[in-house]
Amino acid sequence: MARRETPEINAGSMADIAFLLLIFFLVTTTMDVDSGISKKLSEKPPADYVPPIIKEKNIFEVNINRNNEMLVEGETMKLEELKEAAKAFIDNGGGEGKVEDGVSTGPCDYCKGARSASSSDHPNKAIISVQSDRLTEYGMYIKVQNELLKAYTELRNRLAMDKYRVSFEQLEEDFKNDRTNEELKKKVEFIRTSYPQIISDAEPTS
Amino acid sequence: MSKFGKKKKEMPAVNTASLPDIVFMLLFFFMVTTTMRETDLKIENPRLPNATEVKKLEHKSLVSTIYVGKAKDKRLGSGDKIQLNDKIATPDDVTAFILNERSQKSEAEVPFMTTSIKADIKSSVGTITDIKLKLRDVGALKLSLSSRKSSEIQE
Repeated sequence: MARRETPEINAGSMADIAFLLLIFFLVTTTMDVDSGISKKLSEKPPADYVPPIIKEKNIFEVNINRNNEMLVEGETMKLEELKEAAKAFIDNGGGEGKVEDGVSTGPCDYCKGARSASSSDHPNKAIISVQSDRLTEYGMYIKVQNELLKAYTELRNRLAMDKYRVSFEQLEEDFKNDRTNEELKKKVEFIRTSYPQIISDAEPTS
Repeated sequence: MSKFGKKKKEMPAVNTASLPDIVFMLLFFFMVTTTMRETDLKIENPRLPNATEVKKLEHKSLVSTIYVGKAKDKRLGSGDKIQLNDKIATPDDVTAFILNERSQKSEAEVPFMTTSIKADIKSSVGTITDIKLKLRDVGALKLSLSSRKSSEIQE
């Protein structure tokens, strides 16, 4: 009988084939986790809407012109200085907070600002208004938004540190992992209402 | 000295039999994590801005994406273009786009829908504002301005 044993298949090139596939997927993989600056747009006001009168001192005006230069409260400012200026404005606490459902929030007892009479009354009254030109670069606009958000984040972190010995970011993270925890929810909500993010985008100039 | 002489033995070849297994493991990892882009871009791939205060977008199925940037096709002009699905569109089309996206989701999910704007850093704020106004009109208020997470902003 001429029965020969079947020769084993050579698996030496298996690794090469697998490598080829691997490299293909390595190249095509885009590991982009979608992330971004989240914003909540304001609802469309009804036709007969009368905007409330807001005191000049409670508005922090940021203007960006078409050459990507910034004007803050009437003075030119570099991007690096914006965060501190915004913090000083939000955290000023020079007067009474807003009256909500007939309950006054009173003066800001957690603010550590200068309590100047010419700056904002209370974090929940402090409005940051960003006005940009239609031709302003989007990159610059994002940078400004980012600096302003950073100012809020730092203030929130500071307050959370003082009150609960944990940063606000950590607090939010914990809450995300444990949605049913009422105590955490209260804490997060308290910090959020203490320093509400009020950034309004004014209609751009053209 | 014979004890030391033993060390001169020839090195055995490294066994590479498990190499394919390792490679296959890596291969499967990348196969699983790969997301193929379902819409091909009609605009140049937007260079996203860097930011530190970014939030991750959750519930990917509830995100509708609007691209803003320069058109790849030079015949369309050099200004900012808006891409919805796989067509270049005008700001007026945003309303229809959002309504269409909504009709594909159940009623309960609509309030959680987010619009993500992926805009090039060189595009102008005016275009973004046009989109924002349309989004506000249609009531899609949750917005995410897509940006890359970076630890520090470089000038």
